[in-house]
Amino acid sequence: MHEGDGRLRVCGHWVMANASDLAAALDSISPGRAQRLTLDATGLESIDLGGAVLLDRRLRALSAAGARIEWQGERPEQLEVVAATQKGAKPEQEAVEEGFDLAEPVRTIGRWAVERGEEALTTLSFFGAVCVVIARALTHPRHLRIAALTRHVQETGLQAIPIVSLIAFLISVIVAYMGAQQLRKFGAEIFVVDLVTVGVLREMAVLLTAIIVAGRSGSAFAAEIGVMKLNEEVDALQAMGVDPVEVLVLPRVLGLVIALPLLAVIADAVGLAGGGLLCFWLLDIPFAQYLARMQEAIAPTTFWVGIIKAPVFAFLIAFVGTLRGMQVRGSSRELGRLTTVAVVQSIFLVILADALFAVLFLELDI
Amino acid sequence: MSPAPADDRTVISVRGLVNRFGMQVVHDGVDMDVYEGEIFGVVGGSGSGKSVLLRSILGLQRPVRGTVKLEGKDITTLNGQELREVKKRYGVTFQHGALFSSLTVLQNVQLPMTEYLRLPRTDLDELARFRLAQVGLPADAGAKYPAQLSGGMIKRAALARALALDPRLLFLDEPTAGLDPIAAAAFDALLTELQKGLGLTVVMITHDLDTIFRTCNRVGVIVDRHMVCDTLEGIVRQEHPWIRRYFHGPRARAVSAARG
Repeated sequence: MHEGDGRLRVCGHWVMANASDLAAALDSISPGRAQRLTLDATGLESIDLGGAVLLDRRLRALSAAGARIEWQGERPEQLEVVAATQKGAKPEQEAVEEGFDLAEPVRTIGRWAVERGEEALTTLSFFGAVCVVIARALTHPRHLRIAALTRHVQETGLQAIPIVSLIAFLISVIVAYMGAQQLRKFGAEIFVVDLVTVGVLREMAVLLTAIIVAGRSGSAFAAEIGVMKLNEEVDALQAMGVDPVEVLVLPRVLGLVIALPLLAVIADAVGLAGGGLLCFWLLDIPFAQYLARMQEAIAPTTFWVGIIKAPVFAFLIAFVGTLRGMQVRGSSRELGRLTTVAVVQSIFLVILADALFAVLFLELDI
Repeated sequence: MSPAPADDRTVISVRGLVNRFGMQVVHDGVDMDVYEGEIFGVVGGSGSGKSVLLRSILGLQRPVRGTVKLEGKDITTLNGQELREVKKRYGVTFQHGALFSSLTVLQNVQLPMTEYLRLPRTDLDELARFRLAQVGLPADAGAKYPAQLSGGMIKRAALARALALDPRLLFLDEPTAGLDPIAAAAFDALLTELQKGLGLTVVMITHDLDTIFRTCNRVGVIVDRHMVCDTLEGIVRQEHPWIRRYFHGPRARAVSAARG
């Protein structure tokens, strides 16, 4: 396209493949003060509808500014097609640029509060539904789906053993190593045993197991149920008169409540073994002495104080995961968002519950 | 209906295509030619490998053996950059629309343009709105998300996205599946109108006998891991038992009865 005294030569290939150059060339033309604009299309080799749209928009702007447009040579018929097609569609309303509205922040806060309220209600009603289903399953074992339950125990428990063991081992090594460094200053290396055994049994094993499981199974619960929601599988269950909470939520919740304490026991064992190994390597404490010292260090309740927390953590993880999965609707983006929410919230809740347990046990003097 | 096909008008040429998944042979020497400016229908039973054939032609999947030539270029031998150049030249709609659910319809249509071209925002909006008008979607559909659209609108929006770069070649995977007869007929009419107006070459996988009879110039049937290609008139006279059942079954008879 070339410019000269109100004359434009349109030539070459006006196709979408060249659209970047076309738009740049068209925008570099200053409309000037020309009242009449003659377009010369004799050099035009090819034009497609996309190219015609680009040209059409500039020509409309020029005529709106008062220029008369004439064609030398044939006016490309694609321009007619574009004009005809666009006439058929109603022009979209231009978004009106709004000034600052004092009511807007208030509306935002209000909307947020209402959403939080609805969220709380949803959570509460889901909690109620889960409780009802659990109660029904316990009184009428027919409602307990054993096949699904065992599958979830296997997936969330059995298959998590390697990673949980590894984490427990590494954590006890870290605790023993740090303890050894500090306690060596006082010549009190033997207390590393106290530190490792009490630390692992009371807190570390169960807490880290719960966090691993939240990342592993909490996300899986949300994603599995979320995809079923998107595929209308949940609707299909409901249409058959089957309670989705009973089929989808209950086996996951109960499965995890069974699996997580067992995982915590394994984590305890591996953690204690790891501590013993490090005491032997680092501090030359023989296993027999490690075991003897351990007997003195821990109270009869130490193990149970840790393990009693596991079913509670399991319930929180499974509850949040399945709830978020049930809330998926509409798009795959929601699925990703709610899966993330499920993991973050379940880890948060696990740590919060752990803190509450710590306070409770302190008050109870256990 | 079927002008004598000359070789220089061959847009797609598939020779000896073999596709295998493990032990399962899907295609065993498929030959197929599509000529410029025609609507070519691909039919075949469920699991006969229609979508696999489409994926091979689109370069989404490398066949075990055989050549696939698009406008003279054998895409089975192209590297990534060259394949990208080829992909700019065709538009595709997938069976369920495959609109990106996190983007509005307008953004969906703009995606190929922003990917390949550098255009000012006003032009992008204008072009996308034009594409929506072209496929008969109302202007306010542009701001909606795919989840808010009806089935027929999703198919149209997918078509608008496929047309975004003014391709010469259009691939449609079951464009009328799941539409009510009125919407399907409207889509057929839209397709023939666009194909005539733009001179497109269209390859369409479909099970819809109405669509085949209303739009296609030629038909390729995948049977026994091979393809039988013929004109619409020729294919209904084929002797192969599956093809006979397909075009002379109760549903096909109803269609031809309704068409007189």
